[in-house]
Amino acid sequence: MGPLIAFTAGLVFGIGLLISGMTDPARVLAFLDVAGAWNPALALVMGGAVAVTLPAFAYARRHGHTLGGAVLTLPDRKTLTPQLLIGSALFGIGWGLSGVCPGPAILIALSGQWQPLLFLASVAAGIGLHRVLLASREPAAKATADCS
Amino acid sequence: MLLQSLFGGVLIGLAAAILLLGQGKIAGISGIFGNVVTGRARSEGAWRLWFLLGFIAAPVLALVFTHRWLQVQLDHAPALLIVAGLLVGFGTQLGSGCTSGHGVCGLGNLSQRSLVAVLVFMGVAAITVFVTRHLIGG
Repeated sequence: MGPLIAFTAGLVFGIGLLISGMTDPARVLAFLDVAGAWNPALALVMGGAVAVTLPAFAYARRHGHTLGGAVLTLPDRKTLTPQLLIGSALFGIGWGLSGVCPGPAILIALSGQWQPLLFLASVAAGIGLHRVLLASREPAAKATADCS
Repeated sequence: MLLQSLFGGVLIGLAAAILLLGQGKIAGISGIFGNVVTGRARSEGAWRLWFLLGFIAAPVLALVFTHRWLQVQLDHAPALLIVAGLLVGFGTQLGSGCTSGHGVCGLGNLSQRSLVAVLVFMGVAAITVFVTRHLIGG
């Protein structure tokens, strides 16, 4: 059952991204270009998604377990750390330069074109760099307690 | 196009809800991908592999309906692709989340931490676009 749930979630997530327009870097950059020809359509992607996740997380917080009764641990909602701020800022620069965030990066690499492949390889290298430089110094609990 | 974006968003939210209420996991792509890339997705983390498998099956399903393989317009210079990719990879790991983990899931969970992360990466991304398009490029 577990693998089927995860596979289905991944499939629906991927279909949603493809339909939403998030896999078109030009459209993402147009959304981020608030001082230019701003295209706010992509705000509806986040709006539509959060409209569904709000009640789902409300249920999760209230009941503390999955629909199948398995224990459910939610990420820390409060602690603000320098890592959170610096990491998010660095991600923002990369996102603003490219118009591609991690989900779309994986999907568009499947086009087989060299640009998205080079981009995804660089994302993987950035992840590896973090692992080598910093991950070993952070408390072990952090890796599991967060939005990952 | 507006309806399409909204519908795509609803599907993304639905996927996150399925993973949360079905498996008790957070649909954060950077976390899932990061764990798989660094080889930490074994045994109890195997759900990540299944999620990713479903994720990359999406374009295959799209191919069945549209008869077209996905194509993308990403015309940046190689150096820019590398720098941007490194920042996205490193930044999402340090900040423990991206548009999905902090955005779709964190905002849905009314997380103050995620709200701050989203405001920072959206704000910085908008500033980056402003600088590259209107200050340097313009």
